[in-house]
Amino acid sequence: MDYSIKIGGEAGQGIQTIGDTLSRVFARDGYHVFTHQDYDSRIRGGHNFYQIRLADTPVIAPRDRIDILVAFDLESIVLDEQALTSSGRIIYDSSLIKEHYDKPHFLDIPFAKLAEQSGGLAIMANTVALGAVLGMLGIEPGQLFRIIADTFMKKGDAVVQANKNAAMAGYDHAVRNCTRCSFGVSATGTPKMLIGGTEALGFGALASGCKFYAAYPMTPSTGIMNYLAAHEKEFGIVVEQAEDEIAAINMALGASFGGARAMTGTSGGGFALMVEGVSLAGMTETPIVIALGQRPGPATGLPTRTEQGDLSMVLSAGHGEFPRVVFAPGTPQQAIALTNKAFDLTEKYQVPAFVIFDTFLADSQWTFGGVDENTLQYTDHRLRGEAFRNLPAYKRHALTQNGVSPLGVPGDGPHVVVTDSDEHDDAGHIAEDGATRTAMVEKRLFAKMPYLQAEISPPFFYGAPDPEIVIVGWGSLYGVMREAVDGLSRSYKIAMLHFSQLFPFPLTQEFDFLGLLDRAQHTICIEQNATGQFARLMKTETGFEFNSQVNKFDGRPFTLERLTGELNEHLRNL
Amino acid sequence: MSTFETFKGQVPSWCPGCGNFPILKTFKEVMVELGMEPHQFTVVSGIGQAAKFPHYTQCNTFNGLHGRALPVATGIRLANHTMPVIVTTGDGDCYGEGGNHLMAAMRRNINVKLFVHDNQVYGLTKGQASPTTNEGTITKNMPFGVISEQFNPLALAVALDCSFAARAYAADTAHLKEIMKAAINHKGFALVDILQPCVSFNKINTYEWYARRVYHVEADHNPEDRKAAFAKALEWGDRIPIGIIYRNNRPTFEERLPMLAGKPLAHQEFDRSKLETVIKEFS
Repeated sequence: MDYSIKIGGEAGQGIQTIGDTLSRVFARDGYHVFTHQDYDSRIRGGHNFYQIRLADTPVIAPRDRIDILVAFDLESIVLDEQALTSSGRIIYDSSLIKEHYDKPHFLDIPFAKLAEQSGGLAIMANTVALGAVLGMLGIEPGQLFRIIADTFMKKGDAVVQANKNAAMAGYDHAVRNCTRCSFGVSATGTPKMLIGGTEALGFGALASGCKFYAAYPMTPSTGIMNYLAAHEKEFGIVVEQAEDEIAAINMALGASFGGARAMTGTSGGGFALMVEGVSLAGMTETPIVIALGQRPGPATGLPTRTEQGDLSMVLSAGHGEFPRVVFAPGTPQQAIALTNKAFDLTEKYQVPAFVIFDTFLADSQWTFGGVDENTLQYTDHRLRGEAFRNLPAYKRHALTQNGVSPLGVPGDGPHVVVTDSDEHDDAGHIAEDGATRTAMVEKRLFAKMPYLQAEISPPFFYGAPDPEIVIVGWGSLYGVMREAVDGLSRSYKIAMLHFSQLFPFPLTQEFDFLGLLDRAQHTICIEQNATGQFARLMKTETGFEFNSQVNKFDGRPFTLERLTGELNEHLRNL
Repeated sequence: MSTFETFKGQVPSWCPGCGNFPILKTFKEVMVELGMEPHQFTVVSGIGQAAKFPHYTQCNTFNGLHGRALPVATGIRLANHTMPVIVTTGDGDCYGEGGNHLMAAMRRNINVKLFVHDNQVYGLTKGQASPTTNEGTITKNMPFGVISEQFNPLALAVALDCSFAARAYAADTAHLKEIMKAAINHKGFALVDILQPCVSFNKINTYEWYARRVYHVEADHNPEDRKAAFAKALEWGDRIPIGIIYRNNRPTFEERLPMLAGKPLAHQEFDRSKLETVIKEFS
């Protein structure tokens, strides 16, 4: 079984709540779930959708085809009727959308009327729809009842009961009237956890001992701030909404200088404002993690949609020359692990560390097996407390063999901690002479690089062992590439390379991915941008050039059908 | 015990006769009199002549970007709310480039002391108009004179209910010392606008110009009367008041954060055991 349920409607109609609730029900019932969303940059009206894929085997990518369409507006039907599978059904309330369809795959369910009949208000139409979807699938409403009870507990028993009645009314109606529904769900597995992209990034920060997060709200990064704010009291984190992105990065650098692990998050436009601060982090060797959620640009672009268009910017952001770390997770597990690694490396080497993602990853959810806490790294690399107190002398930017100078926490020791955005000497004071300048560049940049480089893991390989065709991508394309490889492996000797640790660019000692690419007959780089920014990075770092590129830049994520179709097209023409 | 010598820093690169010298000397005396050791406080600065200040004394120092000292200072205070944090800045750095941060810092009431060396001109870039340059002043890049109205930091402070707002004059060091001490001892954000002659680029607002105009605010001025403070803040021209213009007892930003009720963030242990309950939120 592998079903896709799409809930479409206007902003403000509760599309997201229905989607979140259904996904949670499926996950708790043990199904594998993948969800993604699409919405306009508005609070009311327009057309939004929430799509859920549920299956009895792991699913990690969106699909075009729809098995159940829950239509809260006419546009949903106009846009998506043709994507319905042969056994698919559209459920809608003709009294709400003021239109009736007599076609066999339509099922008119009076959401609003049933809600009122169950002792509730018309607003509970959404709960009726939830029950109806479960009824069509033949999934018992027990988990839904538990979620209703938890959600409405504070509003009293009457509200809980009315919602349960509404759900049951929808469920019963679907069971009675969807007579030709042929959805069959397999027996359920063990209950699964469900995690979203921004939650994974936020949890990664929490699990890394992040103590300070400053940001200015901007889609698609705001979710990280919300997640950390929800846990700030319990974990002793200060989350501050800064007056602008320039303040956000400077506050985070101040907190980090003060002795707390610090992070900021933004999107492309906000990051453009932060860039001078990135350079400041490089010069003052102040640890900072920067989460950058990409969305289509230039300028305001498509504010709520997805793109991988800021990689080149991140690689070169900040005037002057200094090292940096750039990670781009493709799954929630990678988001947790790489945020954790970013926190470790930024403090260990005192270079800015980026975790870049995109709207698609931010707003998607996956079922997952949980977090192995033992894989999370936490080493305090700062010089603090007694160790600092007992030092006979201290210089913040002391020249060392590996370029890393002790990072003293101001006030902990009897020595001053001095740093400067100007070129400085080892004590942190302004220096103008050429010899000091040369020594400092060598320390900051050249001395650290080999050590930093050695921390970087090679790309993830999946597919045929000696592939004739290799598809390559990075970041949020992981899921759709992997499922595409699964599908295409029936016709081709195909494999994928997924890069999530982008800079310093991985070396080939551990895994000779360049040899693999050289041996392949055809290599394709897939990116959600117009110009192939990763392909350029690959060429710059290794000299390797892909045979071809697949680029998508309409602001919408690759679906499995779309990517498979494009790849087939490519491969047929070889 | 610290002495004046404890605070000896690098040799200043300021012009001879610069109004920054008496400010620096007074600052060191204040630190000695308050019993501070260099590692016990942090000075944050941006870019400009005033921003070089921390290098010319001894202190924890973050000399950052143009206009961005206040956000850095805010971050330091939030990481360690037991660390006194002072920002040394100029009229261009703070009132021009960093204006948004000034408003935000006043509104937050972060417990940072802001010493603005206000020489009414851009010194480091050689004589352009700053936000506090008198209207009509002719500069190389403004041949028709400054058109924008002169910025009034104290009126802004009163308008935003800034918890401490004072003006001092670099050459009146005894008075400057009292104001600096009052600002440091005040609980909350404190703005001290320090009138500071620039001997190289400001030929209008000279030592003589200021000496003829500045006067100590009257003993009966009540800085806690916001309307009286606003009237005082608007005084400029023939007579310029120096002293504490406005003060209130608003709680600080740090006091209002429950996470900072105990030890500073920088000294709080990371408790991994709590992660288990957070992971359960995903089920």
